[in-house]
Amino acid sequence: MSEIDLALTVNGVAVRARIPARMHLVDFLRERLDLTGSHLGCEHGVCGACTIRVDGLAVRGCLMLAAQAEGAAVETIEGLTASGAIADLQAAFVARNALQCGFCTAGMLVTASELLSRGGIPDRAEIRAEIAGNYCRCTGYHAIVDAIEQVARNRAGAPA
Amino acid sequence: MKAASFDYYRAGSVAGALEALRAAGPDARLLAGGQSLLATLNFRLSAPSILVDIGRLDELRGITETADGGLRIGALTTHAEIGRSALVARLAPMLTEGAPLIAHPAIRNRGTMGGSLALADPASEWPACALALQAEIEIVGLDGSRRVPATDFFHGMYATACVADELVAALLVPPMARGVQQSCCELTRRHGDYALAGLAITLTVAEGCVRSMRAVFFGVGPTPMLARHASAAAEGLPPAEAAQAAAEALSADLDPQGDPVTDAATRMQLARVLLRRTITRLGAAA
Repeated sequence: MSEIDLALTVNGVAVRARIPARMHLVDFLRERLDLTGSHLGCEHGVCGACTIRVDGLAVRGCLMLAAQAEGAAVETIEGLTASGAIADLQAAFVARNALQCGFCTAGMLVTASELLSRGGIPDRAEIRAEIAGNYCRCTGYHAIVDAIEQVARNRAGAPA
Repeated sequence: MKAASFDYYRAGSVAGALEALRAAGPDARLLAGGQSLLATLNFRLSAPSILVDIGRLDELRGITETADGGLRIGALTTHAEIGRSALVARLAPMLTEGAPLIAHPAIRNRGTMGGSLALADPASEWPACALALQAEIEIVGLDGSRRVPATDFFHGMYATACVADELVAALLVPPMARGVQQSCCELTRRHGDYALAGLAITLTVAEGCVRSMRAVFFGVGPTPMLARHASAAAEGLPPAEAAQAAAEALSADLDPQGDPVTDAATRMQLARVLLRRTITRLGAAA
């Protein structure tokens, strides 16, 4: 059918909706749930602004149909902020001025948090490779790499 | 940009997916990870009547060692799962090396082996690896399953031996012979971009000389390109000389097309550079 019934969990809350099959996950989050922290840039998987967490993994929200999220646990920047799960990373982004316009930031944080979840202290080349799929048109990336590196060091108990 | 309207069917079994495909006719498309398909839908480059979602079919997922010491990678296994599998690292290290070259982490978390093989994008890593590893592709249809050698699977740009009411079920990698070295590498402008030239290669170095080289290029032709002349030219030579001879012979194997950003001669040169560097590196490691 071109319309489907959908049941999933978003930021810990059970959600049910009837949606067009063609609707991708970020449109569903933004337009049906008013979760506008996930941004849409290119809508073909290149820019990374729509990166969210689905069942614990970073995914491109524009490259996933809402229909494919049936039964899934979706986390957006709103939920990650509310839970405090990435509070240290967000604080480091602020402290290092790792954003200007902020359009890329939600996706950048999800990507960075997945890298940090693997533990250890990635070197700057590894950090850059990891965030290569998240475009930032303001900062030139240096401050973003600084912030991620700082959090990795802090979490590992290493000196700054 | 938004996809045009389509119907959606979530398959509960492989048989159910195949029946839905047959019933829907040629305008149906299979949906696995969707990392290429969704982009084309959003751009309205494709407009299927119905998507048959096979993403929940756990029987198509997972990595196992076969009885003969080879590897079976289920179609729905993601690039990220392949990249961190200890079994893959032991039995087909070329795939471990290739996985992080595919797009970006969030795409590797959803994109699948089967999707990559079935799409047969000439710039993708897995089709070239399948050809270099002399792997087989397991295809399932309503009348049963069949195995197609990678050499017969890729028919052209986005064209394979898998017909409309079949699906790719698995990649079957034969056991690795002793002493064989493997690599998957590519040259790109930025990490995660499509390769300007990519290489999947196996070779052996015995008594200081290159033996049994099998070099397959991607991103420089309509399909993964087996470089027969270059591989033959390297045979029996010490690595440094083999690298030079293979690179010189490569123009008999490849005829890359230019595009507005990278002309044909540049792509050819990059393919030579990649081959020379890789043979030298593998020779030094032997």
